[in-house]
Amino acid sequence: MPTVFIPALLKELAEGAETVEIEGSTVREVVENLEAKFPGIRQRLCQGEELRSGLTVAVEGKVSPLGLMKKVSENSEVHFLPAIGGG
Amino acid sequence: MATADVDTAQTNGNGKYKVIGTRPIRHDGVDKVTGRALYGADVKLSGMLHAAMLRSPHAHANIKSIDTSKAEALPGVRAVVTNADLPEVGDRIAELGEGAVNLRHLSCNVLAGPKVLYKGHAIAAVAAENIHIAKEAVGLIDVEYELLPPVLDVREAMEDSAPILNDDVRTDTMGELGNTPTNIAAHFRYEKGDIEKGFAEAKVVVEREFDTATVHQGYIEPHNATALWNKDGHITVWTSTQGTFSVRQQVAELVNVPLSKVKVIPMEIGGGFGGKISVYLQPVAALLSKKSGQAVKLIMDRSAVFEATGPTPGSYIRVKMGVDAGGKITAAEAYLAYEAGGYPGSPINPGCMCIFACYDVPNGKIDGFDVCVNKPRTNAYRAPGATNAAFAAETVIDEICDELGICPVEFRLNNASKEGTRRVDGVEYPVIGMADTVEAIKSSAHWQSNLEGPNRGRGVASGFWFNCGLKSAATATVNADGSVSLIEGSTDIGGSRASLAMQLAETLGIAAEDVNPAVVDTDSVGYTDVTGGSRVTFATGIAAYEAGMDIRRQMIARAAEIWDVDADQVRYEDGTIIGPESSYTFKELAELVIKTGDPVTGRGASSAANQGGAFGTHCVDVEVDPDLGKVKILRYTIAQDCGTAIHPSYVEGQMQGGAVQGIGWALNEEYFYGDDGSMHNASYLDYRIPTCYDVPMIETIIVEVPDPEHPFGVRGVGEVPIVPPPAAIANAINNAIGVQMTELPMSPPRVVHEILKKNS
Repeated sequence: MPTVFIPALLKELAEGAETVEIEGSTVREVVENLEAKFPGIRQRLCQGEELRSGLTVAVEGKVSPLGLMKKVSENSEVHFLPAIGGG
Repeated sequence: MATADVDTAQTNGNGKYKVIGTRPIRHDGVDKVTGRALYGADVKLSGMLHAAMLRSPHAHANIKSIDTSKAEALPGVRAVVTNADLPEVGDRIAELGEGAVNLRHLSCNVLAGPKVLYKGHAIAAVAAENIHIAKEAVGLIDVEYELLPPVLDVREAMEDSAPILNDDVRTDTMGELGNTPTNIAAHFRYEKGDIEKGFAEAKVVVEREFDTATVHQGYIEPHNATALWNKDGHITVWTSTQGTFSVRQQVAELVNVPLSKVKVIPMEIGGGFGGKISVYLQPVAALLSKKSGQAVKLIMDRSAVFEATGPTPGSYIRVKMGVDAGGKITAAEAYLAYEAGGYPGSPINPGCMCIFACYDVPNGKIDGFDVCVNKPRTNAYRAPGATNAAFAAETVIDEICDELGICPVEFRLNNASKEGTRRVDGVEYPVIGMADTVEAIKSSAHWQSNLEGPNRGRGVASGFWFNCGLKSAATATVNADGSVSLIEGSTDIGGSRASLAMQLAETLGIAAEDVNPAVVDTDSVGYTDVTGGSRVTFATGIAAYEAGMDIRRQMIARAAEIWDVDADQVRYEDGTIIGPESSYTFKELAELVIKTGDPVTGRGASSAANQGGAFGTHCVDVEVDPDLGKVKILRYTIAQDCGTAIHPSYVEGQMQGGAVQGIGWALNEEYFYGDDGSMHNASYLDYRIPTCYDVPMIETIIVEVPDPEHPFGVRGVGEVPIVPPPAAIANAINNAIGVQMTELPMSPPRVVHEILKKNS
């Protein structure tokens, strides 16, 4: 199952876990299954049908422009990170 | 016609490439050095009006009323606009490619209402037949203010009793909003491992507090915009910007027109460093044009640039680090509070994510706060947020090295992040070159040399910046003379025309001089994100490479058609198209292209590639005057992982430029504020940026650890060189006179103060 790294400020919603293994073939499915297990976490990550503004998802270490549509595999690491630009 | 043959002495020595690693003259060089390059201030259009801006004399006030009637009645005045002329944008967030922005805050920053949040905040603009009339009319605008107390210090702004800047700001704790108005716009946190266990395992624990001043990007060219709102509803904007597509979106959102109605034409840019991404003048010029029916030009003067455009934040940082007897980091903790200026949006997140990024930290905790203060809305500045953070972390590391008697270079090697290291924010590194940069400094002539003499010291520090990918597009057309026209949308700040042309030339096996790069407007190229995040040579480079590969495929197909053979019997090799019985040079086939069929135009784009990040390690020798506190830079060497260096001269230039800006940040630059919130040094006479008299020749060591995400191994180079200088210089000062500086800038009065404190 994909491993989701729980953002530090959301750990209290996930019983203090740093990482959670959760089923899903896309980031969207992973988030929905997280919500089923830890109610309230979805609205901290998403606005409507998209990731919260300013938030990105990195799968296997790579930020994807596909966001919630990004596919994940059995061994994927999923991180929710702030969008980083630069100067 | 030039050829692809190059002097081997010019190559980077890896033998893989013919064009990459050489140092051709930049394509825009002649225009730049002869003064023929056109900048925003050079724009002249038929019937063009000139505009001036009324700016707030107060740092914090409610605007009770604005009376523009006297200004409008002045002969020669053609239009006046205030915040009331901006459409209501609502409480919406717009994604601008490299970040999100609250449109209401952006709108109120462009023209203030209902409050002014910093001295210099734009309030109204006047367009007139000449600039003198416009300025006179500005003086006729009556504004009634209700003065409010300003708050300028980040820690004071976080107190419950602080004056609140924005009634609509609640603390955002990863999607959960607080209940009451506050200046603390956001709280971020990153954790890894068990922080208490980590500190318990340490032999030495050092905790220090740091303050850094507000500093400006210091670009030479002021902001400018000329806009024409045509009768057909189309808006054209000529401007100096780091991102034409970003300006297009911001203007469309703020004046409420469809995106397709706005065309942005990039003028040459005289520096940006992150400060020319947000719009200031462009929507105002558009509104004035709509009202007057004429094109309108608006240019800032230097004081407006300082007082009203994005500086980088002042900050308060606390770092605690534990290290075991073997010199391994066991735990690291940080608290960072960054000034956002009048509206939320400081680079606190990258500051948090960079602060320990150079090292393998098994147990970590980082808290960050984005805090509104009565200063200009901050904007990006080269590796935004990372320099403040590195100043704190890298000086604590040196203090620990002193306590444990460990060489600071060996400590950095011993703890360096490498492939597979997991940052405190959780991400695992791909192939990176942190340790390689430390090794390069360790074996450098500088580090190997002896430093002698009183009050002289040597310091080192390392730094990290992510580098981003984002989106780029390019097209390339084969001309009949064998040259190729490259069309791209990345405004050229640091020589990217050359670096992109060279990548296309390498792909096609032709000379860099045979590629003609052009940076074009938003109607003439595919969507391209900003020139920022050290992304252009990487991401637009991929687009240029892909366009080149597209051309190669088409040239193979054309040759196959001419030779009447299958395309799979033809190959493209080193600028030659080779068939079973014949071959063409690129130039020979280019001559046949138009005669034999469709024009050949290649197309390329990039969106998915992620950069692996850049690291740099700096070494500096200083001499401190113990009476005057003046710090003289004696010698400075940078080792930086640049991936594959496309044009080594421009890579070295970026390293040197970033370091010099970091030296200015370290030693002199700061916004001086009075208690009323007025900036007292809003000119280059008083805001002290380094000149050639302040720095020696910066020595550069290009470390090449290719990034596998890019076909040639490119890494961005523009940002990370500004990260280590303040920390490296602080460590050198400590080495020279035994005084640990914890406040930026380390200007003569502060150094003297610390010397006196130590002696007393």
